[in-house]
Amino acid sequence: MTSTITPDTSATTVISVEEQQFNDLIEADSRIEPRDWMPEGYRKSLVRQISQHAHSEIIGMQPESNWITRAPSLKRKAILMAKVQDEAGHGLYLYSAAQTLGATRDDMTDALIAGKARYSSIFNYPTPSWADMGSIGWLVDGAAICNQVPLCRASYGPYGRAMVRICKEESFHQRQGFEILLELMAGTEEQRQMAQDSVNRWYWPALMMFGPPDDDSPNSAQSMAWKIKRHSNDELRQRFVNMLVPQAAVLGVTLPDPDLHFNDETQQWDLGVIDWTEFHEVLAGRGPNNAQRLQRRRDAHEEGEWVREAAAAYARKQPALTNEREMAAS
Amino acid sequence: MSDNVTTDVADHADDHGHATVDVTTLDAELIEGPSNATPDIAEYALWLGDDALILAQQLGAWISRAPELEEDVALGNVGLDLIGHARSLLHYAGTASNRTEDDLAYWRTEPDFRSLHIVEQPNGDFAHTIARQFIVSHYLFELYSRLRASADATLAAIAAKAVKEVDYHRDHSTQWVLRLAHGTDESRRRISTALGDLWPYVDEIFRDDPLIDRLEGIAVRPSSLRPAFDVAIAPVLAEAELDVPVGFVASGGGRAGKHSEHLAFLLAEMQVLTRAHPGASW
Ligand SMILES: [Fe+2]
Ligand SMILES: [Fe+2]
Repeated sequence: MTSTITPDTSATTVISVEEQQFNDLIEADSRIEPRDWMPEGYRKSLVRQISQHAHSEIIGMQPESNWITRAPSLKRKAILMAKVQDEAGHGLYLYSAAQTLGATRDDMTDALIAGKARYSSIFNYPTPSWADMGSIGWLVDGAAICNQVPLCRASYGPYGRAMVRICKEESFHQRQGFEILLELMAGTEEQRQMAQDSVNRWYWPALMMFGPPDDDSPNSAQSMAWKIKRHSNDELRQRFVNMLVPQAAVLGVTLPDPDLHFNDETQQWDLGVIDWTEFHEVLAGRGPNNAQRLQRRRDAHEEGEWVREAAAAYARKQPALTNEREMAAS
Repeated sequence: MSDNVTTDVADHADDHGHATVDVTTLDAELIEGPSNATPDIAEYALWLGDDALILAQQLGAWISRAPELEEDVALGNVGLDLIGHARSLLHYAGTASNRTEDDLAYWRTEPDFRSLHIVEQPNGDFAHTIARQFIVSHYLFELYSRLRASADATLAAIAAKAVKEVDYHRDHSTQWVLRLAHGTDESRRRISTALGDLWPYVDEIFRDDPLIDRLEGIAVRPSSLRPAFDVAIAPVLAEAELDVPVGFVASGGGRAGKHSEHLAFLLAEMQVLTRAHPGASW
């Protein structure tokens, strides 16, 4: 969900009164609201970012819903169901926020199932083991929090407010994921292996969630100027790793980066070199599960079409049906 | 886990579902309940607990596949409520034999389950899921309304909580029966087919069993619920302009451990991971 913003090319030298007001609001760290004037580039960037974020929540339900029917205890089953359901709720809040900018839910959904819209490529990785429910919570929801907490202050009001609600729930998800891994690491040898193997698979992809390195992310600058985005990709990635290292120690898992070491000078954890080839492969649609994820969404949408049509037809008929009943009653 | 990245569990505001902390822990009155269930009460708790568990398992399979996102959330809510009921009931049932809710859910085999055939019927299309939910929720509402007055304090407490949730499930499925019935020709055909397919399994719900004779004042006699069930659904079917289906009555036998062909597959999926790791905790 980062580095997706194109620079504003519509800037002119003469600034209108409205544009000046917009710039002042941004400058003063105030919120832009749906009725305020905004540059077309700002609106477009936001629609793209918010809808991509919404799609990510929705596609992100799949790798975890995969384990609802097989969760190994009733408590875990309940927590997992609640979590995946939360993600559906996040998708709904975000689609609503995008709708305040004039986007329609139908268009956004169509773009997603046609494979034209982006979503976070992390969800194109498979979840072959139960421990992946732990790793996704700890690492993926964890990275999402680092990305998203600054978005709670995003300049566009409805987006910032949606993010406040979402971030609260994401922290809860991260904690649940951590607990799943903690329980596995305190368990049998097989369970510990399951946890470590899963962390090995999710660690690097989670770091890639912050987007390409700053010197390779030309689109971020305008987003930062507009205060849609407030920290660079590398800054956020660094914060995330600093947060993970002590947590990994508590868990007793090894982070799969032999070059990871503490830098006394910067007081930060320096990481090894990220292999971006894989990231670009997955981004280009060649991830292990891209096709499967999109197909599932398409199937759900197409198989549900008759239901949505029925609901719409029923809503249209409501006044007539009510009249009929009233006449029958009188 | 370091404090800067977590919020306290109590801070987790619940904005769009019932999915708060109560999904992680059982109610205190159940954990610290004064008494263990007798074998008969435990058997009755298994009846109700297994129905809730199997239906929750089925609804869980809808999440991420529903016709619209709002229904992913709604069916998830219903499933979560049911899994809460299942956990309370199985926990209580287990007190008679020193077994946990998970021992009962994951380590019993098919003949030891007590679920009704109607909850074992597959999800099918959305109409079948709604028809099944419509029938079961109306039954459960009548059941839990009366079980609140049970002489067994634990069953009464579980029922008091469950009845409010089941009331919502009843409303949700009723609204969908009406929408589908008066929606399009296709949706009308589908809901009508679904009700017809599910109706043979209604009879079993209201059959009595010698167990009930031994639990006078504690259990609710199933046959006593049938008139209230019929009265509750009649106006919905009338408004939907759907007939009460007629046809054969399925043999049933779930309370005696005789199940539909569907249950074994459902249990195999539900239990697979747990059974691969005997003795492990999760
Ligand atoms: Fe989310
Ligand atoms: Fe999440």
